[in-house]
Parts: sequence; structure tokens; C-alpha cells
Amino acid sequence: MTDPNTDLTTQSSTLASELFAPGVGAQAGPPTTPAPDTGSAGDVTPGAHSHGGPTPTGSPAERFTSTDPDAFGVPTGREETWRFTPMRRIRPLLDGADSDATLSWTTDLPEGVELTRVDAGDPLVKGLPEPVDRLAALTRQRARGADVVRIAGEAQLDRPVTLGLAGTGGEDVVWGQLVVEVGAFAKATVVLDHTGLATYSGGVTVIVGDGAQVTLVSVQDWAPGAVHGGQYDAVVGRDASFTQVVATLGGDLVRLVSNVQYAGPGGRAELFGVYFSDETQHQEHRLWVDHAVPNCVSNVLYKGALQGEGARTVWIGDVRIRPAATGTETYELNRNLVLTDGARADSVPNLEIETGEIVGAGHASATGRFDDEQLFYLCSRGIDAETARRLVVRGFFADVVQRIGVDALQDRLMSTIEARLGALPGLDEQPVEVS
Amino acid sequence: MREREEVSVLEIRDLHVTVGEGDDAKEILRGVDLTVRSGETHAIMGPNGSGKSTLAYSIAGHPKYTVTGGTVTLDGEDVLAMSVDERARAGLFLAMQYPVEVPGVSVSNFLRTAATAIKGEAPKLRTWVKDVKSEMELLEMDSAFAERNVNEGFSGGEKKRHEILQMRLLKPAIAILDETDSGLDVDALRIVSEGVNRTREEGEIGVLLITHYTRILRYIKPDFVHVFVAGKVVEEGGAELAEKLENEGYAAYVKGSKETATA
Ligand SMILES: Nc1ncnc2c1ncn2[C@@H]1O[C@H](COP(=O)(O)OP(=O)(O)OP(=O)(O)O)[C@@H](O)[C@H]1O
Ligand SMILES: [Mg+2]
Repeated sequence: MTDPNTDLTTQSSTLASELFAPGVGAQAGPPTTPAPDTGSAGDVTPGAHSHGGPTPTGSPAERFTSTDPDAFGVPTGREETWRFTPMRRIRPLLDGADSDATLSWTTDLPEGVELTRVDAGDPLVKGLPEPVDRLAALTRQRARGADVVRIAGEAQLDRPVTLGLAGTGGEDVVWGQLVVEVGAFAKATVVLDHTGLATYSGGVTVIVGDGAQVTLVSVQDWAPGAVHGGQYDAVVGRDASFTQVVATLGGDLVRLVSNVQYAGPGGRAELFGVYFSDETQHQEHRLWVDHAVPNCVSNVLYKGALQGEGARTVWIGDVRIRPAATGTETYELNRNLVLTDGARADSVPNLEIETGEIVGAGHASATGRFDDEQLFYLCSRGIDAETARRLVVRGFFADVVQRIGVDALQDRLMSTIEARLGALPGLDEQPVEVS
Repeated sequence: MREREEVSVLEIRDLHVTVGEGDDAKEILRGVDLTVRSGETHAIMGPNGSGKSTLAYSIAGHPKYTVTGGTVTLDGEDVLAMSVDERARAGLFLAMQYPVEVPGVSVSNFLRTAATAIKGEAPKLRTWVKDVKSEMELLEMDSAFAERNVNEGFSGGEKKRHEILQMRLLKPAIAILDETDSGLDVDALRIVSEGVNRTREEGEIGVLLITHYTRILRYIKPDFVHVFVAGKVVEEGGAELAEKLENEGYAAYVKGSKETATA
């Protein structure tokens, strides 16, 4: 209650409809204009490395992309893309030492799914969306090719594709590049389940064929001490739908960049995230949705909780609607629940709209504490304070976790979250079915 | 499980309550005396800002209010020593003037969790679902409300129905209804009032009905009317007192209290 930046309970009377104060978030920054990447980006002609969208004059600078790590320069921590990241802790990755280390893979591949490997010269690798920062470029280079999950066109998988990716606790950095290629009109869920101890950077590209429906779930359930960086890209085909669910619970430092581009009109992308940071953790999620073709939809919902002195989360949500992207509909929302003093959540939504002919565009960000009024309300119905607190947090996360659509995984994540809330008695006996 | 057969008594004696901290503390309740027994319906009527909600919240235990003097007991038990949830489990219920939205918590989950807490065991699923459904029907609430988040996006009238639904399901010994009538159109007022009356007819509930209009008293006949001005009860009477207030308003009492205050 001593930090005026995080103590928002006094505002509750004005927050009738919100869990916490919209926009007045602790460090919920005002929408900012995206700073072009610094480093060598300034030398590059805007648009030179765009993902193929039109480059209208007078529009914001293009985001710099390159497969060459040196094109980005070495980050100092002052760059827009790195300014939130603890440089000391990410240094082992940014140093970029070559290595043959791998994660230990456990795979469950349903009928109709093929797992192969291609080398760096393969056209598939060459054609992937380019890295957006030095770490991603290093990763692309060091991974020397890619592991490829291929899901045949029109496949209807009877269960999710699961890749258990476990860190083995080695000293060496692990570099990885995964491509998930889903054929037209296929329907698939792919789960990346990260556990164990590793210093890992993994690129993930999902190519969603026309009319396909793909869910990618990335669980970061790392052991303490793990460091995880990575760039996720989705290329969403015509009339296709892509759902990404990111659940970051474990590890010391997790910094994931998720980009979405649309290969044709009518695409739909939903990016969901949950994260829970305690005093040892830095969790950073940076999103970039690039609307460059007409009639696509994007919807972003990230929710995080912070508990403990020094807990730190960063959420950056950039959405760009280019002049050609008429009929776009986009909404992004980030909520952070600050459970204790001394935690810090940064939340920076940013929307660049370059055409007026859209269906809708909006964003919201809210960071705050438990609302005393909510707890009073629940307690005034006989519910004890601890159960009330859990109901509120559970509801907060369940809202997102439910979108995974894999019951066993949902249950596991909810129980991990509950365990993190403290081993408090009573909840198991409570008939708390979240609906 | 709480027994409801015996007669309950809520006794408020010389209750003094402040809001605000330290130098900003402001006395809102200035010696309230009131006794509500099961089977009785008391109306508290008073002008805006007289402290009616403060009284209701203080009884329920809202942390914003500080009791600086007096006592509140339920069947002799010290209510002021109880936590908010203990008060509810002891049999008190407050239908709030401004019910709170709780995102991510569904009405059905909330109701069942509350009922479990109050009864001390989970209600049998089959009968519970039936009870909730039929109460919702009686209050003319669409069954879709069960899956919505608590009060989230509810209209003013829907929130009040939801409060009464909770009262119906939790079966308190004493219910305090803080301006449950405000913001209701005529139909909703009738539906909500019928809900209260059903409870009165069925069992030995004590009702403390806070309002500043007599409108609701045409549906819910009070046994006692208390005029509440500047933090205390200034006059008491039967239902006829409400009619007097209807015709004459609070002017006489407000003036009187100011004179006393400055005297
Ligand atoms: N936090 C606070 N600080 C200072 N004064 C407060 C605070 N909360 C309430 N009050 C004051 O206490 C007084 C009583 O408020 P209360 O809500 O109990 O009145 P009420 O009789 O319920 O009014 P209404 O008919 O409008 O519902 C009012 O003057 C109000 O402004
Ligand atoms: Mg009031």
C-alpha cells in the first residue's frame, strides 16, 4: 500500500465495471508510438525488410528484420526492444555461443502428422518470416535448419500434437527452430510443453494453410533458473484461423516475441496469454500483429499476476493496420493483477491505424491490486477471505486458460496457478467449478 | 448447519461509526438504537447522506467503516467481533445498494460457493440446480445469468434481482435491504417485492428495509418505520409514519436535527 503506483484500490469506486483501474496501471504506460528499432536499424530504408505489405509514404517506420545478427548490432539495453529486459540475465543468450546442446524431446504425434528436419539451406527455412531482433537472428543461425511438424491438408487430428521439450540442466545454450506447417483446411492443436532447466532460445513459425484452424499452445513450465527467449511467427492463410495460447509460469527469465501476419484476406488470429511472476522472475511478452490485407481479425488477451518483491512482467502489444487492410477488426487487452508490494508490471498497448475503413480497433490495459470491494462482496455472502481471493484470481486466469481446449492441460495449468497462490486449505473442498 | 427455528434478534445499541482516517475521520452514525426480530419488517427512511448505507455496511462489516462506540449483537453474539464472512454465516445478509462486479466468477459458481459456506456443506447438486432455477424463474431472471460473471454488465434492475436471488438461496435470519427499490421500474419493483414477501411468508426472517421512497412500502408492508436523520433514528412509528413522510417529506426532521446539532 506504500507504492502509489501500484495501489489502486482507492480508485475502486470509479471502477464499477473493471477489476482494476483501466489505463491507470502501475506502469501501464500511455500508448506510445513504436520507436523504430535502434542499433543499425537507422541505416536501413524503411520497408526494405517488410513482410510484403505495402509501404505507404508517411506511415510509421517499418520494423527492422534481418537474418543477420550483426545487422542489429549488440543490444546495450537502451534500445526500445531491449529496454525492459534485464540484460545481465539475458546475456548468455545474446552472447550467442554456438552449441550442439538440445532439449530432450518427448513427442506425441497423432495420425497425419510428420516430424522431420530440414537444413538451413532448405527453401522452407529461407522463406520463414525474418528475425526481428538480434537474439532471434542468432537463433535462426545457430539452429542450423529447423525441425518441421507437418500436418497434412484436411487432416482432422484426433488429439493434440504434443512436443515435450525438457531442459536437461546443461551449461550450454540450446538453440532451436521449429516450423509447424499446417495444410489447407486441416484442424490441429499443437502443444509445446517446456519444462526442466535450460538456457534456451527457440524460434517457432506456424504456417497456417488456407482455411485451416490451428491452435498453438506454448507452456513455459520451466524449472527455476531457466532462461528462455524466442520469436514466434504465425503466417495465417486465407480464411484460416490461428489461436495461440502462451502460458508462462516457470523459469527465471522468459522473453517471447509473437508476431502475426496474414497471407490472405479473411484470416483470424487470437493471441491469448497467462503469466504468473514471482520475486525471481522476469516475464516479457511482446506481440506484433501486422494487418496488411483486408478483412482479417485479431484479438489479443493477456492476463498476468505478480507476487513478491521484484516480480516483473512486461507486455507490449503492437497492432498495425496498414492502408490495404480495410475491414480489419482488432482488439487487445492486457490485465495485470499485482498481488503484493514491490512487483512491477509494464503494459504498453499500441495501435497504428492507417486506414479509416475498418470494422473496429481498440485496446485496453489495466494493472492493479485486488479490489477490496470485490472481496467484501464475496465475503459478505459467507465466503472466507482466502477462498474469495482464490475465486477472484482463479476466475481471472480461467478466463484465458479455458481457451486452450485441452482439458488435461487446462487442469494442470490451473493447479499450477493455484499452487503458486499458496498451499491454502479449503479450495479442494469448495465446489468451485469455473464456468 | 445453522438452525432457523429459533427467533433471531439483531440488536443495535448506541452505535457510533466514522469513516476516514485520523484527522479526516468523520462521524456518520451518532448513536443508533434499533432492534430487529425475526418475523418483523422494519423500514428505515431518511434523506440522502443521512447514513443509511453506513448503518447497513457497518452491520455487514465493511472495512471502510470504523465503529467507535456501541454494540451490535445477533442473538446475543457480538457481531462487531466477527469477520465479514462470519457475520454472513451467523445469519446476516446485506442486499447492497450498489452490488459489485466480480469478473471471471460466474453467478452459478458464486452462488454455490456462498451456499456451501453458509450451510457448512455443499448443497446436493440436483436439488440445488432446481432451487436456483426456480428462484430465477420467480424473479424473472433469464437462466443465462447463471453463466455470466457476477454482476458484470448487469443493468441496475438485474443487479437488484440478483441480490434478492442470493437472499432467497442463502436464507438469512436477518436481511438488510439497502435501497433495493432504487433504479427499479414498476414491474421489477413488484417482482423484487414479491421475492421479499415470499421469504417473509415462508419463515421467520427479520427484514431491515432501507429506502427513501414510500413506493416499495406499498408492496412490502413494514411493521415499524424509523426516520433516520443525521446518523440516528429521530422518530419511530408504524406503517402510518411512512404515509406522513410521503406527504410531508423529511423537512421537519432535517430542520430539527440541525437545530439540535447547533444547540
Ligand atoms: N469515505 C468517506 N469519507 C467521507 N465521507 C464519507 C465517506 N463515505 C461516506 N461518507 C459520507 O457519509 C455520509 C453518509 O453516507 P451514506 O452512504 O451512509 O448515506 P445514505 O443515507 O445511504 O445516502 P443515500 O440515500 O444517498 O444512499 C454521506 O455524507 C457521505 O458523503
Ligand atoms: Mg445509501
